[in-house]
Amino acid sequence: MQTETIKEEKTAIEETIEISGSEAVLKALIAEDVSTIFGYPGGAIMPIYDALYDYNDRLEHILVRHEQGGIHAGQGYARTSGKTGVVFATSGPGATNLVTGLADAMIDSTPLVCITGQVFAHLLGTDAFQETDIINITTPVTKWNYQITDANEIPAIMAKAFYIAGSGRPGPVLIDIAKNAQVQKINYAGYTKCTHIRSYRPKPIIREEYVKAAAEMINNAERPFVIFGQGVILGGAEAEFKNFIEKGGLPAAWTILGLSALETSHPLNVGMLGMHGNYGPNMLTNECDVLIAVGMRFDDRVTGRLDRYAKQAKVIHLDIDPSEIDKNVKADVPVWGDCKETIPMITALLDAKQRDSWTNRFKECMDQEIEAVIHEEMHPSTEQMTMGEVIDQLNELTKGDAVIVTDVGQHQMVACRYAKFVKSKSNITSGGLGTMGFALPAAIGAKYGAMDRTVVAVIGDGGIQMTIQELGTIMQNNVNVKILILNNRFLGMVRQWQQLFNEKRYSFVNIESPDYVTVAKGYRIEGNSISNREDLSKALATMLDHNGPYLLEVFVGKENNVFPMVPQGCGVSEIRLK
Amino acid sequence: MRQEFTITIYTENQVGLLNRIAIIFSRRKINIESLNTSPSEVEGIHRFTIVINESEDVVRKIVRQIEKQVDVLKAYFNTNDEIIWQELALYKVPTDTIAEKVKVERLLRTYGARAVVIRKDYTIFETTGQREETDALLNVLAPFGLIEFVRSARVAIIKESSGFYEKLKEFEESEPVPKQIIL
Repeated sequence: MQTETIKEEKTAIEETIEISGSEAVLKALIAEDVSTIFGYPGGAIMPIYDALYDYNDRLEHILVRHEQGGIHAGQGYARTSGKTGVVFATSGPGATNLVTGLADAMIDSTPLVCITGQVFAHLLGTDAFQETDIINITTPVTKWNYQITDANEIPAIMAKAFYIAGSGRPGPVLIDIAKNAQVQKINYAGYTKCTHIRSYRPKPIIREEYVKAAAEMINNAERPFVIFGQGVILGGAEAEFKNFIEKGGLPAAWTILGLSALETSHPLNVGMLGMHGNYGPNMLTNECDVLIAVGMRFDDRVTGRLDRYAKQAKVIHLDIDPSEIDKNVKADVPVWGDCKETIPMITALLDAKQRDSWTNRFKECMDQEIEAVIHEEMHPSTEQMTMGEVIDQLNELTKGDAVIVTDVGQHQMVACRYAKFVKSKSNITSGGLGTMGFALPAAIGAKYGAMDRTVVAVIGDGGIQMTIQELGTIMQNNVNVKILILNNRFLGMVRQWQQLFNEKRYSFVNIESPDYVTVAKGYRIEGNSISNREDLSKALATMLDHNGPYLLEVFVGKENNVFPMVPQGCGVSEIRLK
Repeated sequence: MRQEFTITIYTENQVGLLNRIAIIFSRRKINIESLNTSPSEVEGIHRFTIVINESEDVVRKIVRQIEKQVDVLKAYFNTNDEIIWQELALYKVPTDTIAEKVKVERLLRTYGARAVVIRKDYTIFETTGQREETDALLNVLAPFGLIEFVRSARVAIIKESSGFYEKLKEFEESEPVPKQIIL
């Protein structure tokens, strides 16, 4: 094996140095260019924290208030920075508290390396204090996991962990390190990055015949329609994607994880797909003749009822994960590969076209939607504010240049529908898993991943109470995030469903809130609460201009609904405008 | 249409991989009819043989999910026509009854069985074959006070396969030169 040394002008040292397993972990993080760790110490991970004491100048550790907060912060960091998020937790409850975040990162393809402490190897399986079988617990929610009981494995396993987490379709990796391995001394011979695992093929081989078939199908199409997901962002293929749709004159709609890959104002950006997506993209899915799916996985919230989904269309599916092809929607042309490579290959074969009459159909649908839904949302006739007008005011002030982190529920759908974006990696939300409590900690991580940007966490009154303890993290580290609580005094999305489908039987959706401004004050975070429209613009401006974290609570209409809506079990063209 | 499929998986030899593969089935509430793990034709590489009753569409998706696992090298699925398969069965019967009432030699010939152990108190027969063959002997022995019966998982060879050596070479060829970082 040939080796090339980088950093510190040394040749590959023959001699080794003696270090502990814990130090080997930290050296691996430095070699992988990690600058920020989100974590929480405990008994079984103490040796690593002890080593960290001496690495404080090279590795920044953010002490969170709960491990779930730590992992969501890691996710937020990964999503804005494009790098792998790193999380530390101890054994037992520390490790099990990561599970929700792992599941979230797994389904939303977020690269993470989580390090958990474990009891001494000789105690494994004895029900020792804070012992839990975290490897088996996390197997279904990790891309890969591994337990280390011998410190000699640490450098190679850490290298493998980062390679697996970040390559191909990214995902979370958990490395469980027994305490004896953390203290064990090893002869350390340097860190070698992993670039190949023989059993792992992060990128499928691109088949040119499918690229040609895809291009030909698009060239011959009369009503082609592009739907795109996070694959465009994860592949760093935003520019390639834009060239593709511009050359082919292809209207394009996004999933909520694909949101911000294409700027909102782009003339071919026709809006949002799915249950609360825009009217045109849903209706016209069932009218297009070629449906081109790019880096998306046909989630049921996007497709609605599958047997009524795009049945008239030929389907081209671009994805890096071969198991996504034909999983939910059968592809006529499967284009396996990294879309950063496959999109330009297709673009090169495309005829340059304008398809004005087809694209205009989306505009006509948008006009209908504006009249039926959006106008009232933006300019409500009610005294109470709507979530939509709050987001609209926020757009005015940020000019679309903020990172918007959302939680889960009505406010999330409204924020995704109405927030404007000019830059990629700007919409951070829990899509696949729908994890309430995601936004506040994810916003902390999002800020560390993009220190130069404004980060606004838009959260409902339900979600904020799930991880409100992370205000402590914000306080201690003076993390400059703006917390915008849209309070409708209900668990709004469930209430909306109960209204529409359960005859208004409002079962346990009536949630009370504390005085958030006082709570924030307790954490030495400034805040304000408003319920009058005339205060909105000024209050938002004050929040954004404040030097440091700020909490703004906005009371909105109690029983406002999010429309349009594709009711569960219906086809996308059965979308309701009211 | 549901039918029997045999899934063959080549994997690294890794603790926990059995669970990682098994939960792909249990998550979808698919019953595993038979599961065998063993060495393969390539040293250091393990081979899983799993039998399920499912439609081709389902089994194809399952196999893609299996192949997606980091420590899985390759997974195949085949119908029964495409494989040669065998199971092994052991039968423990009381020696005195058998000796008294059964023409043992003829029995062994007819069912391709052999006696593995003959003791005063019991005799163990063994036969290898497909389900009907091992069942046939079971039916014959049952009336004579069968003490124990056990049948192994299916092992199968894919008729068209040329083995895993070439495929592995292909996987290993793309191994690039790693960079070492000294800190």
